[in-house]
This record gives sequence, C-alpha cells and structure tokens, in this order.
Amino acid sequence: MVSVRSKPSSAKGPISADERSLEADHPHSLLAQFGADQPLKLDCGIDLSPFQIAYQTYGELNADRTNAIIVCHALTGDQHVANVHPVTGKPGWWETMVGPGRPLDTNHYFIICSNVIGGCLGSTGPASINPATGKVWGLEFPVITIPDMVRAQAMLLDRLGIDTLFCVVGGSMGGMQALQWTAAYPNRVFSALAIACSTRHSAQNIAFHELGRQAVMADPDWRGGQYADSDGAQPHRGLAVARMAAHITYLSDAALHRKFGRRMQDRELPTFSFDADFQVESYLRYQGSSFVERFDANSYLYLTRAMDYFDIAGDHDGVLAEAFRGIKTRFCVVSFTSDWLFPTSESRALVHALNASSARVSFAEIETDRGHDAFLLEVPEFFDISRAFLQSAGKARGLNNGS
Amino acid sequence: MSLQQTLPLNGVTAERSAHYRGDHLLIAGLIEAGSRVLDVGCGDGDLLQLLEGRGIDGRGIELSREGVNRCVAKGLAVVQGDADTDLVNYPDDAFDYVILSQTLQATRQPKTVLENLLRIGRSAIVTFPNFGFWRMRLQLLIGGHMPRTENLPATWYDTPNIHFCTIKDFVQLCDEIGVKMERSWALDVYGRPLRLNLPWWFWNMFGEQGVFLLSRAGSAK
Repeated sequence: MVSVRSKPSSAKGPISADERSLEADHPHSLLAQFGADQPLKLDCGIDLSPFQIAYQTYGELNADRTNAIIVCHALTGDQHVANVHPVTGKPGWWETMVGPGRPLDTNHYFIICSNVIGGCLGSTGPASINPATGKVWGLEFPVITIPDMVRAQAMLLDRLGIDTLFCVVGGSMGGMQALQWTAAYPNRVFSALAIACSTRHSAQNIAFHELGRQAVMADPDWRGGQYADSDGAQPHRGLAVARMAAHITYLSDAALHRKFGRRMQDRELPTFSFDADFQVESYLRYQGSSFVERFDANSYLYLTRAMDYFDIAGDHDGVLAEAFRGIKTRFCVVSFTSDWLFPTSESRALVHALNASSARVSFAEIETDRGHDAFLLEVPEFFDISRAFLQSAGKARGLNNGS
Repeated sequence: MSLQQTLPLNGVTAERSAHYRGDHLLIAGLIEAGSRVLDVGCGDGDLLQLLEGRGIDGRGIELSREGVNRCVAKGLAVVQGDADTDLVNYPDDAFDYVILSQTLQATRQPKTVLENLLRIGRSAIVTFPNFGFWRMRLQLLIGGHMPRTENLPATWYDTPNIHFCTIKDFVQLCDEIGVKMERSWALDVYGRPLRLNLPWWFWNMFGEQGVFLLSRAGSAK
C-alpha cells in the first residue's frame, strides 16, 4: 500500500513565499495527475486540464476495497490530517480524530484526504502554475464550486480503484463536501458523517466571506491578484485581516470570554495607544500572521466563493429532500450548541429533509461553548458518537472494525 | 395470540429479558423481522437496541439531548426532535410501525400526534401509564394529592407529563378519530400483561399501563 510521506519540515521560522508556492506545484504529498484526456468539468462550464490532486493516505485498503474513508477538509485545512505539516511543522489538523485507536481508526479504515481543487497545498488552484502560460494562474483560474471539488475527489477515487466509500467525513466546508458526495454519488457513499455544516451557505456567512475578500483586495500588495508576478510583497496584511475576522466567527462569545476576558497582554495598564493591549487582540493578530505563512490569498478568495455558491436544494428545484430521495447512505449529522456560523438549525433542516427522504440518519447536538471550531477540538462526546456511528456502519458493511 | 405466547420473547433469554421493560418486550414480540420502525420518544434507545438485535430496521426520535447522544453513541439511528413538531416532516407510509412508548402523556397535542403516527406508519403501537389505575385513584381520593408512583415519581410541578389519561379515555380518543384498535393489553406494575378475557373496567382499574396496537380505520389489515 502507499505509504505516508511526512517530511519533518526544515528549519522553522518565517516561511518564505517561495517555500509555500513550491508546495502549490510540488507538494510533499502523493500526487494524482490528470492529463488532457481527463479534464475536470467545472460548474462554470470550463474544462480544467491538465490538473493534479495532492493527497495523503493513512491505514491500509482492505482486499475487498470496502474500508475507504474520505476526509474532506475545511476552508483553510489541507490534506495533512494526521502527519506533520510540511510547511508549518505542526501536527496534522485532525490527529485527535484520525489515527490508531482514534474514532477514524487507521487500524481498521483506509483514510484518504486530498487538498481541494482551488487550494494551495498541491492540488491545482490559483497559486499553481498555469501550464498554458508558464505563470501562476492567479485570477485567471476559473471559479470553482463545492461540487467541482467533489467531482475531482471522485476522479481521484477512480484512479485509486475504489468504487464505494465506506464513509465520507467532514466538518464545515468539509461537511458541505460530504453532503455533496451523498447528493451527487449516493451509490458510492455507504455512510456520511457531516459535522457543523449546512446544505447551503447562509446570507450571514456570505457576508462574512465578502468582508474577508474585500480585506484581501483592499491590500495594495494584492495588485488585482497578480502579486505572484512580482518578486516581493504578498497581500499578507489583507489576508491576515480576513483571517482575524473569520476566526472570530469560529469561536463564541463564551469561549472568547473564558480564554481572554478583558485581560491585558504583558502589561498592567492600558497604553492609550492602538497597541494590542488586550490578550484577545494579541491572539487575533497571531492567528492572522501565522495564517498568511501557509495560505495563498487568491486561494482564500476562490474557496470562500465556492462555499458561498453552495446550495444543494437550489440544484433540486428548491426542495432539499429531492436531493436525497431514495438514498441508502447512512447519515450522522452533528452540530454544536455554541456554533453560530453553522448553527444547529441548519443541521436540523438537513435532518428534516433526510427524514422526508426516509434516509437512515442519526443527529446529535453537542453541548459546548467552543463555537464552530469545536469540531477540530477534543470533545469527548463528539468522538464517542463518531466512533459509534462508524462502528455501527462498519457492522452493516461487514467490516471487522472492532464493533 | 395470547400474551403467554408473546412473552418470553424468542431470542431473548430470561436472564436478558430482565433488563428490558415489560412493554418493550411486548412490543418487540409484535414486530416482524425486516420491518421498518420509528420509535418516537426513544429515550436511551433500549427498545431500539432490542429491535435491532431482532433484525428490525429501527429509527428513533428523542427530545432530550442527553438521550439522543447516548443513543447515537450506541450506533442507533436517532435524531433529536419533538413529537409535537417534527413528525410532520416524515412522509406518509414511511414505516411499518410507529411506536409511542410512555410518551403520549408528555406531548402537547396527543390527538395530533396520534393522527401523525398512523399517517407515517401503517400501524402504531402506543403505551401509556393508566391514570385510572387503582393506586392513582386511591392517592387522589384518600390522600387528596396528585398521584405519584414508582414509574411516575415526578411531582405535579416538575413532571413533563402534561396529558394524563386512563385506558378508558384513550379508547374514547381512538373511537373519536376513527382509529382501529387491532389489539390491546393492560400491564400490571411489574409490566406483566393482565389476563385477556377481563372486562374493560377491570383493566382500567388494575392495569398500570395500557398497550395498544392500532391501525387506520378502514385499512385492509
């Protein structure tokens, strides 16, 4: 089986734009390249070709090829779920969830995670080189959608010789992809674990994304998206502001208060300036500045756009239940009480549609004050539910998965 | 079929059956393997687990988040929801049986809920505590206070049970909305069925709970 290549990253410290942009075309990941004969048919009408998908795998595919799980990553996530990140040197973003003995148990399941189309960690996106011009795509890159991302993943699955997924798992934008998988390829998905997500992006969420995009575009270094052509500056300030705003939406009032309150940062008294006097300011600034080291500004524009366009019901005459009619996939839907970005009401609407389609669905709302980000954190009740759902589905699938 | 035939349940040992509520064992005995079942107000999922073990495709709705999460953590297909507001989302004839076990008295609109059960399911199985039970009557008559029993320990001010009825009341409701009573039982305090050939007034006095298998009036079944 394919082994995992995880490079302990070179000396840490500020990561150069070169180092990251190298990752966009030549990632420290497995690569599936699709030539002119296999274009990716995008919703915008363009055939993207050639293109490539960077992915990581964990665990082993069984002889019957029935134990494959695709993990779909969130907006600013990537394929490095459970290995050291090649750019940041940090642990994988879901190591608490994926690994031996974890809910997504690599002793039992073959886990695949690919960088989404439009991303910047090795799958073709605006930060990649456009082979037609030899230059970075930038805004020449076609606008992509969540269904495009999933279509690309299905092509990767074909390439790997896997017909049916045991499960598709994702939170936030990853959850959108998981739901799109079930709507587009119901017969290829045995079960789906959709966490803190929705079947459509709400007006409020589109509004926050627009705020982020405008922050990027307002940075003079963005230069109409052509910053890669210049030797120097990247729109780091704009992207950092976008990240800061977005990060607030991932938390909750209660979590921010618990973590920071009104405490001061390394000082007793206010400085009567616009320094980061408060811990929460300092924290946000750090979130912004560390994000820009690993993420491409244009990629952020494209991926937020893809989420904005997402609306499964819209593709089915406005009737969500139509998208899941007659579906055999086993669903588990999870939401978190303090998540105001993808509130429980969104999950409940999904569950009602699944009920109306007579789908087999479990739905749990987890009590936590940690906001949307709870799906990335160690929340025992959430892990118990995920583990039990997969074990029960595995039993139905005939997997010997410890159930 | 007599209750003696229904209990004990095939495939459940006497030892194991002690873990289950009497009405659950009775219900499980009524449902054929391969049936599609919705358990409304499924609590911790005990009945669903019993059903799944017997090859029945069970789903559940439960109001309390804790109950739901315990069910889902057992791998059961249970969603958080409210019998009063969420049954409308299910299509007609989606299930062979819809079960409402010890939940009717906690709904805001028992009549509407009952109508929905028989819209969603071809049959419905309803169990409820009988407020006509002699000990209940005695507590009110002699004690002069709202009845409390081992199975219904809550005081009047903190009980979730807002619509108590007697077996006689329930039979009247079924008549009123044109529901056909296929079969019925009264269970004693230990969850054991009372003898079948007793008159209604006896059940209403000595049944601690009522169990009804219902179908739509005029259905061929």
